[in-house]
Amino acid sequence: MNIVEKILARASGKKEINPGEIVEANIDVAMVHDITGPKTVQSFQMIGVERVWNNERIVVIMDHIVPSSSVTATELQKIMREFAYQQKIENFYDLGRGGICHQVMPEKGHVKPGDLIVGTDSHTCTYGALGAFASGIGATEMAAVFATGVLWFKVPEVIKLNITGRFQKLVAPKDLILHIIGQIRADGATYKGVEFSGSIMRNMSVDGRMTMCNMAVEMGAKTGIVEPDEKTLKYVKDRTSNPFKPVRSDTNANYETVLDFDITDMEPQVSCPHLVDNVKPISEVDEVEVNQAFIGSCTNGRLEDLRIAGKLLEGRTIKEGVRMLVIPASQDIYLQALQEGLFEIFVKAGAFVCNPTCGPCLGGHLGLLAPGEVCISSSNRNFIGRMGSPKAYVYLASPATVAVSALKGKITDPRTLEA
Amino acid sequence: MITGKVVKFGEDVNTDVILPGKYLVLTLNSQELAKHAMEGLDPNFSEKVRGGAILVAGKNFGCGSSREEAPTALKYAGVKCVLAESFARIFYRNAINIGLPVMECRGISKEVEEGNMLNVDLAIGEIKNQTKNITLQGTKLPDFILEILASDGLIEHLKKKMGLK
Ligand code: SF4
Repeated sequence: MNIVEKILARASGKKEINPGEIVEANIDVAMVHDITGPKTVQSFQMIGVERVWNNERIVVIMDHIVPSSSVTATELQKIMREFAYQQKIENFYDLGRGGICHQVMPEKGHVKPGDLIVGTDSHTCTYGALGAFASGIGATEMAAVFATGVLWFKVPEVIKLNITGRFQKLVAPKDLILHIIGQIRADGATYKGVEFSGSIMRNMSVDGRMTMCNMAVEMGAKTGIVEPDEKTLKYVKDRTSNPFKPVRSDTNANYETVLDFDITDMEPQVSCPHLVDNVKPISEVDEVEVNQAFIGSCTNGRLEDLRIAGKLLEGRTIKEGVRMLVIPASQDIYLQALQEGLFEIFVKAGAFVCNPTCGPCLGGHLGLLAPGEVCISSSNRNFIGRMGSPKAYVYLASPATVAVSALKGKITDPRTLEA
Repeated sequence: MITGKVVKFGEDVNTDVILPGKYLVLTLNSQELAKHAMEGLDPNFSEKVRGGAILVAGKNFGCGSSREEAPTALKYAGVKCVLAESFARIFYRNAINIGLPVMECRGISKEVEEGNMLNVDLAIGEIKNQTKNITLQGTKLPDFILEILASDGLIEHLKKKMGLK
C-alpha cells in the first residue's frame, strides 16, 4: 500500500484498502478557524449533541480576520470564543497566541506523521509535509466530526511525483510547486492524493515541504504528502511528546501514475491572472508594473521565506509607488524574525510589517486592491476578486521574486539583482 | 425527479466567484448570502435562478476554498441541482452535506444549452433534456449519499442516525 492507503486503513480499522472504496475513518485531529468556525458551531448546535466527541483533538485558531476589522466579524468570532470556553477546548489560539492555522498546527505539535487530520480550510493539505493525511472539509461535515469523531472518505488514487535534479540559485520550492501545477493543471489531481518524492524532496527543508503540500489543492488534490524522514521526526519531536507511528509507502505500492520531474533547468515561475495553473517561467512574463507586493500567507510566510526576502532587501529601498506588506505566518516566526533583525531590514527598505494573520491573502482586510491594480504575492490564489477588486490582477511567485519585484517596481527575475 | 430550466457556466468556476470572501464575515444568514451568489460572473444571476433552476457547468466546478457558503448561496438563490463535467471535491462534499444535489455528467456542457428544460433522476443518474429530446447518463451517486440528500443534508441525516429526532 502507499502512504495514503496505509493511513486511511489504520484510521478505519482495516488491514487492506483499495482506491475507490468508501471507508468510515476515525479522525485524529480536527481544526477550525474564525471564518468557517462560526458555521461549524451553528451546525453542531443544530445536531443537538451536548459535548464534542473529544475536546483534546479539536484545535480552534483565530487567523483570517484578526484583529477583527468590523463589528460583525467580532460578533462571529465571539461565537468561536464562547464555544471554545464552553467545550473546554484547550488548543484555542486567539490572536496574539498563534498565527495562521496551517503554520500553527505543525508548529505547535498538532500534526504528527501517520495522523488523519481534517480542517475546515482547503489548504489543510499543508500538513502532508509531515507525513500526515490531511484534507479540507466543509463546516457541516466538521460539525458531524465534532459530534461523532468519524467521517467518510473515498480512498483516492495516488499520483506519485518523482522530483530530481537541483535548484538553481534563488529558485525555491514555491517555483517548483507552481511549475508542477502548471503541468498537472487546476483539476489534474481532483479527488486524488499527490505524493511528492525524489531526491529534491529528501533534500528539502520542512518549511519548503509545507509550501509544496499547501498548494496541492490548487491542482484539485485531496491531499499532498511527503514520506516522513529524519527531518520530519526531528521537527515533530521538538514540538510534541505525544506518541505517533510514522508510515511510509511500500516499495511495490500501487500508484495511478508516476510522473518524473527533473528541475535542473527550471527558472523562477509566475502564476498569472486569473487562475493558479496559468503558470509561466519568468522569462516569458511580459513587463508588468506592480502596485503592491505581499510576502506572507500559509504558503510563504515562514522563517525561510522572510530570511531570503531579508537578504535581498537588505540595504536597498523598495521602489517609489510600490506598497510592500510583510506578514509572518505565526507569533513564533514573528518573534524569531524580530530577534534576527529581519524587521529592521524590511522597515528600512520601506515595507509595512504586520502581525500574523491571513490579511490580504483572501481579500478580508489589510491591503485590498483597487480596480486595475497589480499585486505580486507569495500566497496561493489569484482568482478574480481574491485580493480585493474583481478588476485587480494578482500574480503568484516565490518570496525572492516578490522581494526583487518590489525593489524594481515590476515583475523581475530575482537572479538579475546585482549583488 | 428534479425539473428546471438550465443556467449555464463554463469551466473552473471557483468559490471566490460563487461567493466572494468579503461576504463571509458579514452574516451566517443563508438568504443574505444568496443575494451575492455568482455576482462576479453574472450580475443577473439571482433573478435568473429565482423560483428554481438547474445549473450546468464545465469541468472543475467549485474549485478553491472550503467555504460551505458557496453551495449554500446557490441553494438559497434557487438552484435545485448542479450538473457538471466534474467538481472540485470539497465543493462536491459540501453541496451534498447542505442538501444541494450535484451530479457529474461527462459531455453535459456540449449537450445542454442555456434555457433548456431538464428532468434529473438522481436515483438512477439519468438526465433528460426535454428541449432537445435526448437522454444523458450521469455518474449515479452512492446510496448513502442519496440518503443524505433525501434528509436535505447531513445534519438532519445525522440526527436521524443518532436517534436525536
Ligand atoms: S493565508 Fe490565505 S490561503 Fe492560507 S489559510 Fe489564510 S486565507 Fe487561506
